[in-house]
Parts: sequence; C-alpha cells; structure tokens
Amino acid sequence: MSRRTRRTMLREAAAAALLGPLAAEAAQHVHDTAAASAKTTGGVYKPKALTAHEFETLQVLSEIIMPGARKAGCAEFVDVLSTGSKQMLAIFTAGIAWLDAEMRRRYEADFLAAKADQRVQLLDLIAYRKNASAERNPGIAFFDWARRMAVDAYFTSKEGIAELGFKGNSSMSEFQVPLESLQYAVKRSPFA
Amino acid sequence: MFQVKRSAPVHDVVVIGSGAGGGTVVQVLTALGVKVTLLEAGPMLNPAKDFKEHVWPHQVPHRGAGADAEQYFGRKNWGYWSAPNCAWDIEGEPYTVAPGSQFQWHRSRILGGRTNHYGRISLRFSDYDFAPYSFDGLGTDWPVRYDEVAPYYDKAERFIGICGTKEGIRSAPDGQFLPAPAPRVHEVLMQKSAAKLGIRVIPSRMAILTKPVNGRPACHYCGQCGRGCITASNYSSSQVQILPALKSGKLNIIANAMVRELLTDATGKVTGVSYIDTRTRQETQIRARIVVVAASACESARLLLNSKSSRHPNGLSNSSGVVGRYLTDTVGYGLSGYIPYLEGMPKYNSDGYSGGHLYIPWWELDKKNKEFPRGYHVELGGGYGMPLLGSHAGVARRVEGYGASLKETILKEYGCVVGLSGRGEMIPNEHSYCEIDPNVTDRFGIPVLRFHFRWSEHEIKQAKHMHRTFVDIIEGMGGRVLGLRNPEREDGGISMGGSIIHELGTVRMGNDARSSALNAFMQSHEVKNLFVADAAPFVSNPDKNPTLTICAMAWRTSDYIAEEMRKGNV
Repeated sequence: MSRRTRRTMLREAAAAALLGPLAAEAAQHVHDTAAASAKTTGGVYKPKALTAHEFETLQVLSEIIMPGARKAGCAEFVDVLSTGSKQMLAIFTAGIAWLDAEMRRRYEADFLAAKADQRVQLLDLIAYRKNASAERNPGIAFFDWARRMAVDAYFTSKEGIAELGFKGNSSMSEFQVPLESLQYAVKRSPFA
Repeated sequence: MFQVKRSAPVHDVVVIGSGAGGGTVVQVLTALGVKVTLLEAGPMLNPAKDFKEHVWPHQVPHRGAGADAEQYFGRKNWGYWSAPNCAWDIEGEPYTVAPGSQFQWHRSRILGGRTNHYGRISLRFSDYDFAPYSFDGLGTDWPVRYDEVAPYYDKAERFIGICGTKEGIRSAPDGQFLPAPAPRVHEVLMQKSAAKLGIRVIPSRMAILTKPVNGRPACHYCGQCGRGCITASNYSSSQVQILPALKSGKLNIIANAMVRELLTDATGKVTGVSYIDTRTRQETQIRARIVVVAASACESARLLLNSKSSRHPNGLSNSSGVVGRYLTDTVGYGLSGYIPYLEGMPKYNSDGYSGGHLYIPWWELDKKNKEFPRGYHVELGGGYGMPLLGSHAGVARRVEGYGASLKETILKEYGCVVGLSGRGEMIPNEHSYCEIDPNVTDRFGIPVLRFHFRWSEHEIKQAKHMHRTFVDIIEGMGGRVLGLRNPEREDGGISMGGSIIHELGTVRMGNDARSSALNAFMQSHEVKNLFVADAAPFVSNPDKNPTLTICAMAWRTSDYIAEEMRKGNV
C-alpha cells in the first residue's frame, strides 16, 4: 500500500472516529491495513553501505548472537543505518575487519571460512566484559554493538514480537486486565 | 536584503505560540466572538499525516532509529515515534548554558507545540501551592488563590476531558472527572506495597477521554499518546482547541512565523509584532490591538527581553528586572526494579493509555520536621510495552553472552520490570535564570538565551527521599532494584535542569510592579495591552505538572481580555 493510501485511510479513520462508536473499529482497521502493507517484498537485498563480504559476515554473526536475527533482517537494518550514519558504518566495518584479522591470526581463515567451533572459541572470549585485555578490547566493544543490533533487529521484527508474546498495539473499547494474570501475580507476591 | 513588509489592518488579538496557553486563548476568545490571529514558529499540523500511531518498528526500514541512527548516537529529537516537531536541538536555533550550569531546553516548532506529545498528566495545584510563602516561608505567594482559579479548572477539565477519581486529598484537589480505567497488574502490586508503607496510590488524572466528549471519541487504549492521537481522544491544543476554532471563522493562523520582537509606540503600548517567515526569511510586521505572548516560558521571556526600545531599555515589561529570573524545572528522579514472580504470568494487552493508570500524590504534607520543603508525586511504570529499539538493551548488557541462552533470558524477563519516577517541586533560587547571550544569535539574527541553573540543597535532599521511598516500594513488593544506586553518585542522581520539560516562572506575576512583570490577570503592569498566557507567569512550580494550570490560567486571562475589550479598556 502506498503512503498516500495509508494517509487517506488514516484521515478517513479520524473522520469516522469523530462519529463515536466507530472509533475502535476505525483504529483497528488502520492498524490491520498498516500491518498488511508492511509485508516485506520478495527478492534479494543488496547492501548499500557494507560490502558483500561484510554483509554476509554480519548475517552469519547476527544469527549466532540471536537465533532468528538473520531472517529478521539484522544485516539489512545495520546496512540501512550505515547509509545514513558514518558512525554506525565505522563500527561495523572496523569490527568485522578486526574479527576477520583475529580469526586469520588464530585459524588462518576469516570468520566466514572458519569452522563453527573456531568461531565459537573467539566469540566466547569477546562476548564478555570480564575478558577485557588490550588486544581483545576492540573485539569486545564490537561484539557489544553486534549484540545490541541483533537483539534490536530480532525483537522489533514480526517474529520476535510474536515470540515475546506482545499483545498490544490494537484497540479496545474498554481497558480490562484478565483476572487470570492478576491472580497469578498476587498469589506469588508478598501480598498473597 | 529583504524589505520589511508592513500590513495595514489592525488585528484585534495576536497570540504568539500555539501550545496549551495559546491554544486555550484561541479557543476561549473565538468562542466569545473575538477575532484572533495566531502566530506559530513551526508549520501547521496534519494529524493524519504527521502522527505515527499504530505503526510497528518493522514497518520502517530504520525501525525507529531515525535515518541517521540518532537513537544510537544521542538524540536531537524527541524520538522518531513522537508527535512532531519536538527537539532537544534545533538546527540554527541554539541556546547557551553558562559555565558551571547544566540545562537542557526542549522546544517544539509546530501547531500545538509540546501538547502534541506531552504526558497528559493533569493535576490541579493545591490551595497551599498558590500561597507557598504563607505555607512555609519560602518563595513568594501568587497574586491569585485556589478559590479564584478553581472555576477555571472546572471549565478546562470539562472542555478537555480529564479522567480520574475523587479522593479528598489536600495535595491532590479533586476535579471534574471522567471514569478512570482499571489498573494494570504491576500497578496493583505497587499499590499494595505502598499501602504497607502508609502511602496512598490513586488513579491518575489524565487528559484522556474514557467517554466521548464534545464529539471526540473515547480512548481505544493503544498506549501511544506520545505519538499523537489520530482520534483526538487525548488533549492537544492543536486538535482540541485550535483546529476546531477555525470553524468559527474568527481565527487566522500564520504558521512558520518566528517572532523577532514586539513593537511599541511612544506611549509605551504594544502596537504590533515583527515576525520572520522561517521558509523565506521575509520579515513582516503586523499591527495589533492586544498581544498575548504564549511562546513557552523561556521563549516568552526571550521575546520580551529582545523587545527593547528607548522607553523599555531592559526589554518590554521589565522595569522590575524580573524577566528571565526565577527559572525552575521539576525535580526528577527515577528508579526501576525487577519483579521475579512476574515471570511466566499469562501475558495480556497492558497498553492502556500511555503512562501509569495509578499515581502517588504527595503523602507527607502534614508530617512534622520534614527533611526538605514541599513534596513530590510519583508516576508508576511497567507492563508489556511495545518492543522497540533498545527495549532489551539493559538485559542484554547485564547477562552478556549470545545465542539461545541470551534469547531465553530476554523472553523470561519481558514485562517483569517496574519503574518509579518522582516529580517534585523546586524552590526558585537566585542562581537559576535565563538572560540574553550578548554574543550569539539564531539563524534569523535573533539573540538567543543563556541559561544559568543550580539545584539547591532542598532539591538534592528531595531526590534522596525519592530514592529511599522507591527502594522500599520495590523491595516491599518482592523485587530487586536495578541499575546504579544513584544517590551514591555525586549529584544524587537528580535530573538535569530542564530535562523534565516543566520550565516556568520567567515572567512572574504579582501584585507589586516592583517585583513582578504581570498582574493577577497575567497582564503587564506597564503595558496594558500585553498579556503572557503560558507558564512564564507562574510564581512557583508545584509538584503537579503545569499543563492543566496553564489552561485554567489562560482561560481566566481570556475572559478578562474579552471583558476589558468590551469595556474599552484595552
């Protein structure tokens, strides 16, 4: 759906909403249609800021960090932001270069070419601040960013939101809290 | 070089600024049949186009980070999702902060101003808030009392639509309320925990419709008030007052009009306004019978200070020298806690309206030997918020690692965090004020403000009290405090001045022209056809968010203006 169509709908919804009882329906309608319009189009994404190698490395790395992040478009997300932000681009180009160099030094293969257990050995070192050392710190700082972006990309995707069990962003005519949830919490609280 | 355009017709009332104050003046005066010309420094608002209500992050390629990833590298704006155009930094419109001070100035440039995105909290000031000096010997009494303002609170509440409950608490005066919605699970738990400490938790008072009002439909509980409400089910001056007032035929809006100065004649009266079209940089002068300044407290002070003439060498309405003085913001302090037994709770749609359905009004009003003067209220947070960028950043950074175990922790902890935000009163002090920076102008050549700001011991002690209270509530409900224990830091964890966005007091009202700029009707002591109708006239900054009082006071001033016009006094 084009932006203009959505705009028209929102206007109609707002107008309809002023009639009163239609408000909830109208809002739900807007919401459903907006959601439908967001379905990603098919085809292969071509990175605009990252090189093909960097992009593929990030796809693999993000999937290791957060299962589902590759399909959720983590690499695409970082690439989009990197087209508008030199700071973001530098973090990922420098970080991936560090990762490849460190993998080559250890295993004579870059991150993509290395075996799964070799990747894990290095990631287990840079995934924790407690492993800080002069030579590892650039890797630790980069991993922190990669984790941040993988977590953000996955949990803002449709799949991630569904897995979290978020039930909102809809419309209700009356706000109600299920008794089942309230009882679950109170029973386990100091106020049982 | 452009020539300054002059237009001949005399506008009856020119209102500068379209937020809560300007919007209310527009609404009330046009309803009374008065012609109003409204100047707004930003563009017009088109809710259907400009608001991002109901949009998911994955529907936007940058997912809400902003095209230049500002979410990750320091925000200039109020965030991608927010109703426009609110910013911490506006390109070409700087302000400066004096050495030794810290201050942030949040500004808006759009029809409706900051009411498009604000928190909708609508609390009446209490009787003692209008007489703070009489109450405890600090600060200055207002030239009006609660009883004089109460009828205008009634009018504003009925028109805007406020939900809440009558509770009979002196620190939280009751109003004209629509029904309050049910509390969420975490709010019920916090209420129980506070009750054990003798602290009363009551339904919030919010400018959100739980029933249709004046043709506006009731809230549909999507929890996205800050994005701007397409159905106008919450209050914004743009949707609720200004756009509807266009139908009266009495309102003329001039958008993209940045006012440079107010013009005066030899008798000292205001004769008009000089503004710059922000798109063309063309300067225009319009003539006015009456000018109402409602540009936000600091912008209003800036405009008066910049309106110098031989007759008004210190700026307009500033013989007393108080313009820019007595700048205050609300004291802010926040703490969050993790509630382990919320893990595994059957998930539900906890969106509700945005902000807490319950809040804590000040509960120690009658306590003897208080550690600090005045008080604060507490706003409650928690629930299953829409997953946005950064929603799980705290968890990820704490547990570190990667893979299935990281995912499991994030899923388990989702919705188990509660937050408490204290919002308290700052006593005006001599170190906190704004003035014209002699060395800096904005892109229109208008001299900018320089801020001086300092918290006193009163506020620092208050923030420490907030911390202890919040720890008690979190631990009392079986939770553990998250993050840094802020009071261990040097500044006590208190908010930066200006960051709560309740700056006010800079064109104060009073009965004595030697110590105030405006009279009890927010009319200039010196320039009878000049009024200020935002929060600049406020004499104190109580622990109640200012918007509702801005509306009530602006309504009262509008009635006065209409009456004075009828009598031929202005």
